[in-house]
Amino acid sequence: MTSTLTGGSATPEAAADVVLSLSGVTKEYPTIPPVRALRGVDISVTDGELVGVVGPSGSGKSTLLHIMGTLDRPSAGEVAVAGYNINDLSDKDLSALRARHIGFVFQQFHLLSGYTALDNVADGLLYTGRSVTTRRELAEIALRRVGLGHRLSHVATKLSGGERQRVAVARALVGTPSIVLADEPTGNLDSKNSDAIIDLIRQINDEGVTFVVITHNREIAEAFPRTAGLRDGSIEYDTGVRM
Amino acid sequence: MSNGNGLIPSRLHGADVFRTASVGLRTRKLRAALSALGIMIGIAAMVGVLGLSESSKSDLLAQLDRLGTNLLTVQAGAGIGIGSGELPAEAAGMISRIGPVEQTSTISSVNANVYKSDYVPEGQTGGITVQAVDVNLLDTLAGSMADGKFLDEATATYPAAVLGSVAAERLGIREVTGTQQIWLGDQWFTVIGILNEFELNPDLDRAALIGLATAEDYLDHETVPTSILVRVDPDYVDDVTAVLPATANPQNPEEVEVARPSDALEAKEAADDAFTALFLGLGAVALLVGGVGIANVMVISVLERRAEIGLRRALGATKRHVAVQFLGEALLLSAVGGVGGVALGWGVTSIYAGIRGWNTLIPPIAIAGGIAAALVIGAIAGLYPAIRAARLSPTEALRSA
Repeated sequence: MTSTLTGGSATPEAAADVVLSLSGVTKEYPTIPPVRALRGVDISVTDGELVGVVGPSGSGKSTLLHIMGTLDRPSAGEVAVAGYNINDLSDKDLSALRARHIGFVFQQFHLLSGYTALDNVADGLLYTGRSVTTRRELAEIALRRVGLGHRLSHVATKLSGGERQRVAVARALVGTPSIVLADEPTGNLDSKNSDAIIDLIRQINDEGVTFVVITHNREIAEAFPRTAGLRDGSIEYDTGVRM
Repeated sequence: MSNGNGLIPSRLHGADVFRTASVGLRTRKLRAALSALGIMIGIAAMVGVLGLSESSKSDLLAQLDRLGTNLLTVQAGAGIGIGSGELPAEAAGMISRIGPVEQTSTISSVNANVYKSDYVPEGQTGGITVQAVDVNLLDTLAGSMADGKFLDEATATYPAAVLGSVAAERLGIREVTGTQQIWLGDQWFTVIGILNEFELNPDLDRAALIGLATAEDYLDHETVPTSILVRVDPDYVDDVTAVLPATANPQNPEEVEVARPSDALEAKEAADDAFTALFLGLGAVALLVGGVGIANVMVISVLERRAEIGLRRALGATKRHVAVQFLGEALLLSAVGGVGGVALGWGVTSIYAGIRGWNTLIPPIAIAGGIAAALVIGAIAGLYPAIRAARLSPTEALRSA
């Protein structure tokens, strides 16, 4: 299991700055009749990009995010994240890949309710093998970065929706992943908090973090430097990086 | 620690295993407490039963120590063609000549009834017997007085009686005033003492005891020993037992029965052991039910926490990490139950032992075994839910949220 798409090492130079690439990705669910959620998707994201993937419900957005995040494997086609071809990796390797190279932001935030903001963010590093002290130190830095320096020891349930999503963003960032995947990050927020989260994502992207944001909201997606439209499991259009 | 492909594997530190395993306990305290309670009751039952049996056994050993296991009773046996159960009058004298015999005490049943007064109808005997005894009986039986005095050389020749605990109660005599009289064998006898229960010879609790000389002088009783109590050197109990029948009744040794009263106490303890086994079985059933409870709670927990499982997989947890987390949670629940159960069992034992005046003794094996049993049950109960949690696909787990 030594061969990878880009030649066995995860150095960014070797990867030619491509952090995520999907080629001919198809996903079929073995129901009766079979459902084809993705039909030959090709997309490639380079380091530092901010890509909005937009599509109506049922277009395969969630499936695409799960495959990009290595939570699921494609039925056909190739996926490479941070230089690793996931077809070559075992489940255990995929867990390692997620622990170190992929950050997730979910619509439902998915914070542990009884835990403080700091511990929730520190859990982003839980499976990396770092010490609890280091995890907390890095978590504090990440929380300050998303503007929640004053909420470190607040229990997750006491935070507002916007704050919770900021905590979730901080958790995705804390391990300095190669790419952050956001699934409808504003789906559970009012418009004011929604704008704030989008601004935060832009700001963090400006600092060099690669983002793919999946949304059904055209307005949000089209305001990003690059937009890809998804319909019926295929990429309908891809603007490329707008200059 | 990197793979051939340059990836550093996901890792979870030991301390973090504990941290993740305790998430469920911390966020759902009541449910955790209730499911641990099942195990706790089972373990408490087992520890309590073992503790009580051990404590009562130690009490018995102390009792035997106090009473001595070197007391033998020699009695005339009864059987076809044997006739009246009597020992030769010289039996006590002959027995006392056996080397290791330290003390002998003769008891001779007197054919007389005891009444509170001479107005009580003859038929209402109250089941009280009259026994003529040696003055050293109290010493030989390691008995004690509840009130008054035992017979001595002087009172053993007068119409004086000492009442056994049951006899005193039946005659309505609670304390010795020195003036109480009872109607014994058509004569007035003065009550000079009341005995505590005899642990080794309960028959005497229902008797009025009078001196051997008194019986002869006042009741025309001919002293024929019905039983002789023999204290022997503890090292020679078996040897003396072997020669006692022939010594007591050289003509008919087969008519002599030799018994060791302390054997009866030990037999009682053996019967208690049977109950201990029964209660241990009940404790095991409670433990099993507790285990099923934990399994049930864990299955529900896995269903409820699908989103958390999905999140953890997204954060880089392997299937194994997820399984370990839920198995750890089951173990933690059962460990809490086990430790709580040991504490509860200990508490119950010490309260009960306190009431009975025993020393509280919990066998270390019961403590170690109790906690070990709880953990084994927890591991078995947690295995299936843990495997289910691990097998859950991350996408399914996240989608269901």
